[in-house]
Amino acid sequence: MIRIITFLSTFLVIAFGSAYAEPKKVGFIYIGPPGDHGWTYMHDVGRKYMESQLGDSITTTYLENIPENADAVRAIRKLADSGHDLIFTTSFNYMDQTHEVAKDFPDIKFEHATGYIQADNVATYSARFYEGRMIEGHIAGHMTETNTIGYIASFPIPEVVRGINAFYLAASKVNPDIKMKIIWVFTWYDPGKEADAANTLINQGADIIVQHTDTYAPCQAAQKAGVYAFGQASNQEEFCPDAHLTSIEDIWGPYYAERAKAVVDGTWSSGDTWDGMDKGMVVMSPYNTKLMPSSLIQEAVNMEVGIKDGTIHPFTGPIYNQAGELVVPEGEVAPDGMLLGMNFYVQGIDGEVPQ
Amino acid sequence: MNLDLILGILQIVLIATTPLVFAGIGELVTEKSGVLNLGVEGMMLVGAVSAFIILVITGSYFLAFFVSILSGIIMSGLFAFLVLFLMSNQIATGLALTIFGIGLSSMLGKQYIGTPIDGLSPWFFVIFSFLIVFLVSYFFYKTKAGLILRAVGESHNSAHALGYSVIKIRFLSILFGGSMCALAGSYISICYAPMWQEGMTAGRGWIALALVVFATWKPERVLIGAYIFGGVTILQMNLQALGLRFPGQFFSMAPYVATIIVLVLISSNKLRIKLSAPASLTIPFYKGR
Repeated sequence: MIRIITFLSTFLVIAFGSAYAEPKKVGFIYIGPPGDHGWTYMHDVGRKYMESQLGDSITTTYLENIPENADAVRAIRKLADSGHDLIFTTSFNYMDQTHEVAKDFPDIKFEHATGYIQADNVATYSARFYEGRMIEGHIAGHMTETNTIGYIASFPIPEVVRGINAFYLAASKVNPDIKMKIIWVFTWYDPGKEADAANTLINQGADIIVQHTDTYAPCQAAQKAGVYAFGQASNQEEFCPDAHLTSIEDIWGPYYAERAKAVVDGTWSSGDTWDGMDKGMVVMSPYNTKLMPSSLIQEAVNMEVGIKDGTIHPFTGPIYNQAGELVVPEGEVAPDGMLLGMNFYVQGIDGEVPQ
Repeated sequence: MNLDLILGILQIVLIATTPLVFAGIGELVTEKSGVLNLGVEGMMLVGAVSAFIILVITGSYFLAFFVSILSGIIMSGLFAFLVLFLMSNQIATGLALTIFGIGLSSMLGKQYIGTPIDGLSPWFFVIFSFLIVFLVSYFFYKTKAGLILRAVGESHNSAHALGYSVIKIRFLSILFGGSMCALAGSYISICYAPMWQEGMTAGRGWIALALVVFATWKPERVLIGAYIFGGVTILQMNLQALGLRFPGQFFSMAPYVATIIVLVLISSNKLRIKLSAPASLTIPFYKGR
């Protein structure tokens, strides 16, 4: 079900009653509810930040729980039809739908999260979450006692596969015996199923749970079973204080504010943004000092510094694929093109990326 | 494979399947009386959110489940009033109930999202789910009241002619269905994944509906079907985690495919349809005709 929540009425009254330029309308398409404390929640935090920065020059609207199918076309079109100037579509599989609507509305600017196809009025943006996965992998390599990591993956898209590889490369560097167990749940959002997957992995010997889905159910399951977990998208420590090591936080606010400002100023242009820790788009939640030794926390912090200044890259060669072929030669780092289209596991991970 | 691993898998299957059993058996009783209620998902969500809210406010598990079941009775009572007294179309009303339930639960639960609670151990409910299936089965096939309920579902005019109150029996059956769906929902938000999230039942209500058809309207088969549906999901997760190459997508659709196959099988033969589906299902009852 689609519900529109607008914050417009008061602004509109002001706009009609004064000589000021009409505020620009910025719309968001969310895949889940803003209360998921994960992916959508962080986009909503970004939206609010944008509002706080730009004040009366913009108004915002969002449509939540929009499935990644033909419904999305309807939802995006609805925003376009109702006079929005800038529309953010915040999930990978809105790609075709975003472009379909964008073609019909050349004057409206679109921003597609985690996508890789641009158009004159469609920009793409994403964050280098894999930088955070590297730090998680490093921590996991030290913290695991069973040498078994359980990884809950959502859909086999490059973004998720990249995270798995970055995690494994860092973890296996610290601990060559490490083994990854990966469950693809084919959903972003199903607390029951996410908990089932976590419990299955724990039952099979995993003592650290990593998730690439949107709710804190896996972290809760880990807490209950007495194993460790990494949260997803936002700081989830309050839900599983005895399991939570750290989370990768997605910080969208500054980017959203910048892009909306560009629309207000009339300077918006299409492009592709892929920022990481250096620009503050990816941030690690406070490391759990109760569970992690201080030396390990220091290592993680040092890694952050290295990633920020460019001396550390999660995909530094030599990297081999599962067939044993060298894909990134020694001393080089994987080019962005390879990372963006990543659809293979690196050597050492069992199983196969579902097609 | 060692024993611990297998026991662990069994535990996860039991915990994951229980909500399907509750919702499925509730809907089965409703359908047996000749009413199709497509509002299962909506009633589950309202049940889930009301249990969660009451638990947060009062801290009492008993009150949480009590109010949740009450919410199921209110939701299904609304449905019963519309379809039994106002003769509204059952399919449309049921769908509306689901949509209403999704919206209502999101609205009620807005400020409770992300409130941490202590989950309750699921084992009492797991055992209770088995018990309720056998009780329903006993009721249907060993008691006079059960026979009357089935008669109302098969031919409401005959039951009416014999002096049974069709409306009253259907009303009670719908209320039972609603309370079981709410119980399924509260089990999800209190035991299974202790949290409140909008739409957290994630389609389990629809699987429960499919389950009733799959079970050809037999209580024990609801139990078997639920464990097949639930077991397959957990099994494929285990195979994936063991590193076997596996089409996970296939198993996400398996319950629905299985239901379609059963539907095709039972509808290939007119006699079989007659023996399986309650003959008066979805047909409104007009008194005095």
